[in-house]
Amino acid sequence: MSDVRIGVYVCHCGKNIGGVIDPAKVTEFAGKLPNVVVARDYMYMCSSPGQSLIEEDIKRYGLNRVIVAACSPRMHEPTFQGVLKRTGLNPWLLQMVNIREHVTWVHDDVPQRAEEKAKELVAAAVARAAHLHEITTEKFPVVSSALVIGGGIAGIRASLDLANAGIKVYLVEKKQSIGGKMAQLDKTFPTLDCSQCILTPLMVEVSRHPNISIYAYSEVVDVSGSAGDFKVKVKLKPTYVDWDKCTGCGTCVEKCPGRAPKEFDEGLSNRKAIYFEFAQAVPRRPVIDAEHCLWFTRGICRVCEKVCPVGAIDYSQKERYVELNVGAIVVAIGYELYDLSKIREYGYGKFKNVVSGLQFERISSADGPTKGRILRPSDGKEPKTIGIVLCAGSRDEKHKKYCCRYGCAAALKHVYYIKHSIPDAKVLILYTDIRAFGKGYEEFYQRFRGEEDVFFIRGRPAEIFENKDGSLIFDVYDSNTGQLVNVKADLVVLEGAVEPPKEWESLRRLLKVSCDPGGFALELHPKLRPFETTSDGVFLAGAIQGPKDIPDTVAHAAAAAAAAIGFLSKGYVESVPYLAFVNEDICSGCGLCASVCPYDAITIEEKEGKRVAKVNVINCKGCGTCVATCPSGAMQQNYFTDTQLLSEVVSLAGGVK
Amino acid sequence: MGEEEFEPRIVVFACNWCSYAGIDLAGTSRIRYPYNVKIIKTMCSGRVHPEMVLKALEGGADGVLITGCHPADCHYISGNYKTMRRYLLLKKVLRELGLSERVKLEWISASEGDRWARVASEFVEHIRKLGPLRLKEVVESE
Repeated sequence: MSDVRIGVYVCHCGKNIGGVIDPAKVTEFAGKLPNVVVARDYMYMCSSPGQSLIEEDIKRYGLNRVIVAACSPRMHEPTFQGVLKRTGLNPWLLQMVNIREHVTWVHDDVPQRAEEKAKELVAAAVARAAHLHEITTEKFPVVSSALVIGGGIAGIRASLDLANAGIKVYLVEKKQSIGGKMAQLDKTFPTLDCSQCILTPLMVEVSRHPNISIYAYSEVVDVSGSAGDFKVKVKLKPTYVDWDKCTGCGTCVEKCPGRAPKEFDEGLSNRKAIYFEFAQAVPRRPVIDAEHCLWFTRGICRVCEKVCPVGAIDYSQKERYVELNVGAIVVAIGYELYDLSKIREYGYGKFKNVVSGLQFERISSADGPTKGRILRPSDGKEPKTIGIVLCAGSRDEKHKKYCCRYGCAAALKHVYYIKHSIPDAKVLILYTDIRAFGKGYEEFYQRFRGEEDVFFIRGRPAEIFENKDGSLIFDVYDSNTGQLVNVKADLVVLEGAVEPPKEWESLRRLLKVSCDPGGFALELHPKLRPFETTSDGVFLAGAIQGPKDIPDTVAHAAAAAAAAIGFLSKGYVESVPYLAFVNEDICSGCGLCASVCPYDAITIEEKEGKRVAKVNVINCKGCGTCVATCPSGAMQQNYFTDTQLLSEVVSLAGGVK
Repeated sequence: MGEEEFEPRIVVFACNWCSYAGIDLAGTSRIRYPYNVKIIKTMCSGRVHPEMVLKALEGGADGVLITGCHPADCHYISGNYKTMRRYLLLKKVLRELGLSERVKLEWISASEGDRWARVASEFVEHIRKLGPLRLKEVVESE
């Protein structure tokens, strides 16, 4: 290492650092360390004059290493790298020392010790800096197209925003129609908009957009490549209907004798064996459910084939695969309702008149099983007393710890449905807290709080029992009044907990996205970057990041699309600076490095009659696991070489005299 | 060292994505912990070579704490599992040397600033009870 010339800059950060330790003393100490040409302290090093100070010193003293002792590198490393860049120095000749987050903010009770620690950290950085070297990154072009996974309101919004920005979008939906959960809702809170009326025009817009291709009844089965150039394999499940030939006339559905529970009505009505998901489905194409089709189960019928005017029925259809090449991926797979039968004491799945909130939406919907009349499932009678249980499985150690973020407002909306349809009905809201946090939600809450025959009871049912007539009885302890209330209800609605969809576990592994304790996708930063992930080029839209109501979902999806547009429109991605590299002279080609690489970025190749490891710079993400595994020290990592780290280790372990 | 109370020197390895961020969070939240811990950043705990741990002990550290993302949360998919395996092997070697108690692996997530402060305090007290290692003096005298 020829002629190392280090400049050390100690920041006061106002009183954040300067109020605990004496930066001048640390500076004085640093000035005496080996290779240090100049050391200075300044009130705000990140400010314009602070940056100029470093810039001028680099020129004046011919510095080739810069150490900034200030805040966390997570805060201002890019800022000071910019200073080096402006003077023509390679940005990776910068070393940050974290004396704020790691020292003065946590050791303000022992200022003397804090100052010693700051000195030690600076000394270690000086020892390490001598071994820093220049790092160059490569630029790779990005493919200007995006994959959106999930066609609910989040996926719809993200697809439209991307497509309107001129980006080619592939929208993959697991069901045969886009629309998601929102399509099943009767109305949306707190404005009581008709859900279908605001959703279906968007569904049509998606289907007609020249930049959007919908892959319905499909799923993502493989993802390879990396940010800017992903290769995605999509499985098109067999529908047994040639969708290109089909006109969506519906004659087949009309004539089909097969029956099965209708998923769209949450099992409260039946559909045919060949069916549209719902009347307004987009694309409006039917699917044969092989499990209930008479031809597939018993080898008889084939009525759909006989009546189809265009010959679109194809019983021999097999699953097909398409390969897509995209620059960015937006995950918008939403959520699923928690299996409420797991809450044994509520009897869901056992008692017909205990229904989920989503089932109640279907019961209230004009296109639902009761044509919009609120009738209870067991006997089709109009319920006169209805209990609505909030936090069913949510905020519950035994089930889901987190808040569902929709239940309170949905329960109030359900009060509206009931009072609108059955004015003399009695409604009991069994709640833990009413969290009316969204815009207009508190007003919505107050509207029902004083309403006649609407009772707010603060408690959860102990155990629900069923009477012979299908009505339900339970005790609930009202913590507001301190009394035990005996309830007899004709219908109980559970505002259930939510969880990530089942396919998320396998999908997140394909996308290399971590999850939070609830299983939802982990965002890059909970406040500042809630729609990005630690996987470059992979964005989050909607409830897969965490439970959300519709307004939050749409805002989140639009933000994800904007971030994806920004990422794609930049036109290139840079390789990570922390790449692994091989010293071929000492590499024995043993392949241990390749065996531990999480990205298959290392191959063993023949080179001049010798086996050596080769790092694929596009795949390498810079974790350094291979370096720690290499038995000979042949594998190294930019900015984290053995020499750099060990000099820091030895310095910190030994301390300063 | 004299008669004054023994103050352990502890080297900590922290991965960039979870643990370093969690340690930063302790700072941002102003949660105090003993000053004895000195942090070295790596991108992944999987980068922590056993030699780095041994060098720390040999170089004068009384204890070494390796921190990484919780299982299934690794930014690099599986780096922390590699760390775990390597750590268990290293512990076997350290046991032979009587140093096993001085090295520990802990999972600290980016949201666990308070947990970090607790882990750091407990480890410092643990090492304080064990007393100074003085391996550096032994190595230098030979």
